[in-house]
This record gives sequence, structure tokens and C-alpha cells, in this order.
Amino acid sequence: MITLENITMSQGRFVLSDVSISIPKGQYAVLMGGTGSGKTTILEVVCGLRTPDQGRVLLRGDDVTNLRPADRDVGYVPQDGALFKTMTVFDQLAFALVIRGQKAGVIRERVHELAELLAIDHLLDRSPDGLSGGECQRIALGRALSFKPGILLLDEPLSALDDDTRDQIMALLKNVQKHTGVTTLHVTHNLAEAQQLGEMMLRIDDGKVQVLDVTP
Amino acid sequence: MKSSTKPETRQRPRRSGSDMPFLVTLSVIAGTYVLLIVMLIVADITYLGVAGSKTAESGIAGWPIIGAMVSAFRSPEIRNAIELTMISCTITAILSVFVAVPVGYLLARYRFPGRNLIDAILDIPIILPPLVVGLSLLILFQFLPEHVRRNVVYEKPAVVLAQFMVACAFAVRTMRATFDQIDERREQVALTLGCSKKQAFMMVILPEAWPGVLTAGTLAWARALGEFGPLLIFAGATRNKTEVLSTTVFLELSIGDLSAAVTVSLIMVMAAIAVVITARTWGSRSINL
Repeated sequence: MITLENITMSQGRFVLSDVSISIPKGQYAVLMGGTGSGKTTILEVVCGLRTPDQGRVLLRGDDVTNLRPADRDVGYVPQDGALFKTMTVFDQLAFALVIRGQKAGVIRERVHELAELLAIDHLLDRSPDGLSGGECQRIALGRALSFKPGILLLDEPLSALDDDTRDQIMALLKNVQKHTGVTTLHVTHNLAEAQQLGEMMLRIDDGKVQVLDVTP
Repeated sequence: MKSSTKPETRQRPRRSGSDMPFLVTLSVIAGTYVLLIVMLIVADITYLGVAGSKTAESGIAGWPIIGAMVSAFRSPEIRNAIELTMISCTITAILSVFVAVPVGYLLARYRFPGRNLIDAILDIPIILPPLVVGLSLLILFQFLPEHVRRNVVYEKPAVVLAQFMVACAFAVRTMRATFDQIDERREQVALTLGCSKKQAFMMVILPEAWPGVLTAGTLAWARALGEFGPLLIFAGATRNKTEVLSTTVFLELSIGDLSAAVTVSLIMVMAAIAVVITARTWGSRSINL
């Protein structure tokens, strides 16, 4: 469950005023808004990369407003994937588990499980150089899911993809959510994408967020 | 695109002028400067050739340069100078990187009060005339305790400190540019994956910055090799004590041995070329300084 309570912040030209959102556990919520509307800022507030001027962030019912990103248990897929350039695909998927001090056997098993789910088994030894946009998104998604977070944040994961790849990744996102039951907040400016994926639709305009639709 | 679809309505096409004059101008300017650099080195080598064949006492027939080099290496003063140069430049390079990495990272990633001022202060060693750097070091040490002064000024540590003051500023610029070019997003993702800031830096950012670190190190090394002004004032030019290769050139010139000065210069040219090749091979070519 993701809850934002009266979040207010201004940073540069972005202003969020009194934003309150509540996304129930296991829901796939899509937040729509134009360029520069503050969509990414909301994701950053949820995962702790930005601190709001006012308001509270609650994840799974706990107040995490003052917790560091590392302690929030949130998987984050930024817009361009932001893969680690010096690591192989295997190392990227293993990264969060290595940080958590997991045993090598457990890590290997989890990485292969993810690679199978995301159909990237054949890429595990590759470095991110020369991978396609779709492949990068799959890896970024796997990296964010690797430590089994309860919450997944996706920042325009489909925007840089061609039509075929976009359909594949969209199907994959549905499958992943069904498979893991992770509460998802997906940010996009694309209405069709929102309608296909979203169980809950939100819209941000002029720093205010409104709920458009909730599919039961 | 085919332009023949509607020939009857076609206006007289606008012809853009030739690009040749522009490209030729660029090539001439670039070529002149490159030629000047190459001629400097060729002149040194030729001079040794002429001087060597006149004296014809040292060396292998037809290879007066090698003869001159061999006799330079035989001189204990020059051997000492080479040794001190290599050691001091290496220490300076390591120290510079050690300082430049955190400074560059702080400036690239954090906004804090006084940041612009600090940024400007870090440029001072680059802008100041080298002699002024040396003189200022000397003055600064007048305020320090006697035993510190005695062990540093006109001693070997002064060589490293004088080299470090300027070389480090160049290393800082390089590291700053390196960290500026590394997308902060990757670091942020690492934080959400469970890293502390230190872990994100050590595991994600530093490996990506590694080519920049090598470039900063080699640049600092090369700067240290060429340092002379601050050294002369702060460390002195005492044979077998604080003499590095740049001082050797000066000392040989002052006693009128032009041949020896040119030989030592060529040794420095070779060292500099070796460093440039190292930087090009392993370092980053994409850093905008």
C-alpha cells in the first residue's frame, strides 16, 4: 500500500501542492500527466530520493517520510533504465542481494529465476553496452524486483520503445504484477498505455493529483 | 530526394558555397600548431646530432643522441635527478588523485553555500604564476614551527609539496568533469536497492569514474614532471638533494652545457610521451576539461 498525505513541495519550477494519494496493496496504479507536471518527483518522494517540504509518506501503513531510500523496500525503475555501466547483467540483478549479504547460492538461484521470468537468460554475461531499449528495461525491472520489494515504481518504462517491444514489455509488466502481487505505481504520459495496464488511474495537473478511475 | 518530379515549377536552386575554404583554414591552423610541436622535438634531436658529431668523443658512431643519453645516465647527478623526479612525480600523482576524487565528487554532486567560492579557489593554483605559488609556499612556511620548516623547505618534501600544489588543481578539474558526466540516476537507483551513500559511491560510481581517475593521475604526473618555478623557490636547486630533471635543465644551462640540457630535456620528452600514451590507452578520452 502506498499512501501520500498532503505532500507539498516546490523544487525549481515543479510545485506539488497538497497531494494525497492512496494506492491499495497489490494494485497497479497508473499516474498520468504531461511533461514537467511533477510525475517523476512523486516517484522520487515515494522512494525517498526527495524529501517533501510538508506531508507524510506511508508505505505498508508505516510512516517512512524520514527513512533513507535504502530502508524503504521500494523497487525503482527510472526512465532510461539507468543500468550500471561497469557490471554484467548478472551482477546488476545480483546487486541488491549482494548488498544484503545473501549467500552466493541463493543469489544465483534468484538471478536465474528473474532471468527466466523476464526472458533475459541469454544476456546474463553481457555488459549493458549495446543492449536494446527493451532489453535494458527488462534488466532494470529485474534489478528492481530482485530483492522482492512490496512496492514497484516505474517511470515511463515504455516511452523509448518501438511498438512491438512496447507490447511485449506491457504483457511482461502485467505478468510480473500477477506473478508477484507487487503494488505498482507506473508513471506515463500515454493514455492507451494507462488504459491497458491500470487498475487505478490517477492524473496530475498543476501540482494536484486526482483519481480518474478505479477498476474493481 | 528526387527533385525532378515537378521540373516546370522548380525555382532556380540555391547553391550553397563550397566548404573547402572553411576546411582548409581549419586544417592550416591545426597543422601549423602540430608542426610547431613536432619541430621543437626534432630540433632538440638534430641539435644533439650536430653537437655530438662535432665532439665525437662519446657514443656510438652515427647515433650521437644515444651517446649523449648514455653519458647523461652515467652522471650520478643526473641519475639522482631522474630517481627523485620519478619518485616525487609518482607521490604527487597519488596524493593528487587521493584529494581530487572527494573534492571533484563533492563539487559535482552537492549544492552547498559557498560552493562557487570553493570552485573559484580551486582554480587559483592553475591561474597563479608558478613563481608566485613557490614564493607563497615559502612565506606560508615562515609562519610554521621551526622544526617543520627545517624538515620541509629546501628539502625533498618541498619538491613534492611544490609539485602537488599545482598538479592537484588539474586533477581536481579532471575528476569534477568525470563525476559531472556520470548520471546521478544510477547512484540513486543504487540507494533504492539498499546501498548507503558510501556503498553506492564505492560500488557504482567509482568503477565508472575509473578512466577519469587514471586520466587525473597521469595529468598530475605530467604536471609534476614539468614543474619548475615553485620548485626553484621553495625547494631550491641543490645538486644531489632537491634536483629534479627540470632543475637539471636549468643547472646545465646555467653552467653553459647546452648539450646536457638538451639531453635531459629529451629524457623528459620521452617520459611525457610515455605518460600521454598511458593516459590515452587506459584513460578516458571523453572528458571535457
